[in-house]
Amino acid sequence: MPMDPTLPQPVVPASPAVPDAPLQREDARPVPGGYTYRRHALPVRVFHWINVVALTILLMSGLNIFNAHPAMYWGSSSYSGRPPLLMMTAVEAPDGTARGVTRIFGHQFDTTGVFGLSTVYGELTARGFPSWLTIPDGNWLAMARSWHFFFAWILVLNGLAYVGYAAWSRHIARDLAPTRADWRGIGASIVDHLKFRHPKGEAATRYNVLQKLAYLVVIFVLLPLMILMGLGLSPWANAVWPGWVDLFGGRQAARTIHFVCAWLIVLFVCIHVFEVIITGVWNNVRSMITGRYRVDRDVPAEVQS
Amino acid sequence: MSTQRRRFFARALGTAGALVLAGCDKLSRTDWFPKVLNVAEPVNNSIAKTVARMAMAEEFPESALSPSFRSNGTSDPGTDAYVALAQGQFATYKLVVDGLVENPLALTLADVRALPSREQITRHDCVEGWSAIARWKGARLSAILAAAKPKANARYVVFHCADPMNEDGTGFYYESIDFEDAYHEQTILAYDLNRAPLPIANGAPLRLRVERQLGYKQAKYLLRLELVESFAHIEGGNGGYWEDNGYQWFAGI
Repeated sequence: MPMDPTLPQPVVPASPAVPDAPLQREDARPVPGGYTYRRHALPVRVFHWINVVALTILLMSGLNIFNAHPAMYWGSSSYSGRPPLLMMTAVEAPDGTARGVTRIFGHQFDTTGVFGLSTVYGELTARGFPSWLTIPDGNWLAMARSWHFFFAWILVLNGLAYVGYAAWSRHIARDLAPTRADWRGIGASIVDHLKFRHPKGEAATRYNVLQKLAYLVVIFVLLPLMILMGLGLSPWANAVWPGWVDLFGGRQAARTIHFVCAWLIVLFVCIHVFEVIITGVWNNVRSMITGRYRVDRDVPAEVQS
Repeated sequence: MSTQRRRFFARALGTAGALVLAGCDKLSRTDWFPKVLNVAEPVNNSIAKTVARMAMAEEFPESALSPSFRSNGTSDPGTDAYVALAQGQFATYKLVVDGLVENPLALTLADVRALPSREQITRHDCVEGWSAIARWKGARLSAILAAAKPKANARYVVFHCADPMNEDGTGFYYESIDFEDAYHEQTILAYDLNRAPLPIANGAPLRLRVERQLGYKQAKYLLRLELVESFAHIEGGNGGYWEDNGYQWFAGI
């Protein structure tokens, strides 16, 4: 029945600050003050957490392996007549006490208690990295290698499965590849990051350009380079194409690059976890467990990117 | 998040981390878990043998030689028998080749030096992580095997050494390689290091060079080569001194 225009009109609710568009997502589920949507697909979540476990064990068993010869060099040989780039060692101080010393590019630091000399099972022990950073805790090269080579396979197989899935599902093209607008906004994004200002509302459902670039660099540069340099340490893998490891500076250089890549990945993880915390730790962690990410509706427009 | 909650979660995370680490260390000390980890070793071995069965290890120019070649592990076996051999300039030394062979051998150093040889400048990669480059000259193991005539069921060469690994003078070092490595062109029993007779610190009078594997395979102070079908009955049964102590038999990684 047509409405009588002379009668009072029904009250129309005030339009929300953010248009209803997001609710048109198939996967959106309204919640008070906003909606949730499926941010991370199940395979990506599984790959992510396997990666967390594998990288943690690889780092810590790797540091135990480093402790078997706590020094880093450039070139093919460790005994070239040139001093190491990095060295952790225990020395006797003039007063007769033992000190842990770290020498890096010719600069020397007293790092007693952490690097060079630290407590293992209640006893001061000469070792590179401290026991709380290594798997196993004490110096045990054979066991550290067993851990390392098992989880190296986990990392590689998980990584290949991820890249295969991400390419097939268009996760890379859709979510990770920077758009033209992303590239144009890179300066603004840097400023936003430095001011800890992050996209909210609908804008937070997309990765920002620095985030995309960070993921791409880790996935396609750092991790492959680290794995390749790990293979560069294998005398057998060296023989597959004799001399290939010299393209990277030699086997000892490969060992140094492997080590530096590992710490760059640690740096990435620190920034990643920092960003997870300041952009809503529960929302982010939940989205990587259940997949669902919450978007708030009533967001002032000026903080949207 | 409130400070209190934050502190609670930081503490919970720290505790969980410590528990996980303690768990890892406990797992390392079980019988079964290291076996699970070591399923990677046969995989690595077969991939290595498939992709680079007879590939050559890199050889270096003279300019790459390390100023001196480091001695690692035993620097002098020190047993009465070895001291006597060394004092006699190894004139009475005999390298025994036996086990699954048609023609057991007992070779003097002069015999070994008369065999087809090879000289190579290669990089020695220690399992600890360091590398050093040296020039080695020695008899090709393939020539020794040809003279000894392996039986059809022989699969490994076991290297028995003169250096005891226990304080009480027992537990002699030993190693083993398969026939693919034994017949590899660069696999030699080295008697010269940097154009001088192999020093005692580096394994006099003979040491193995198997260039695509790590340092612990390069057995020093060789006394006897034993050809076997399986090394399960020898010492700890894992094919080498360090293998019996948890290291991988395939030392190509």
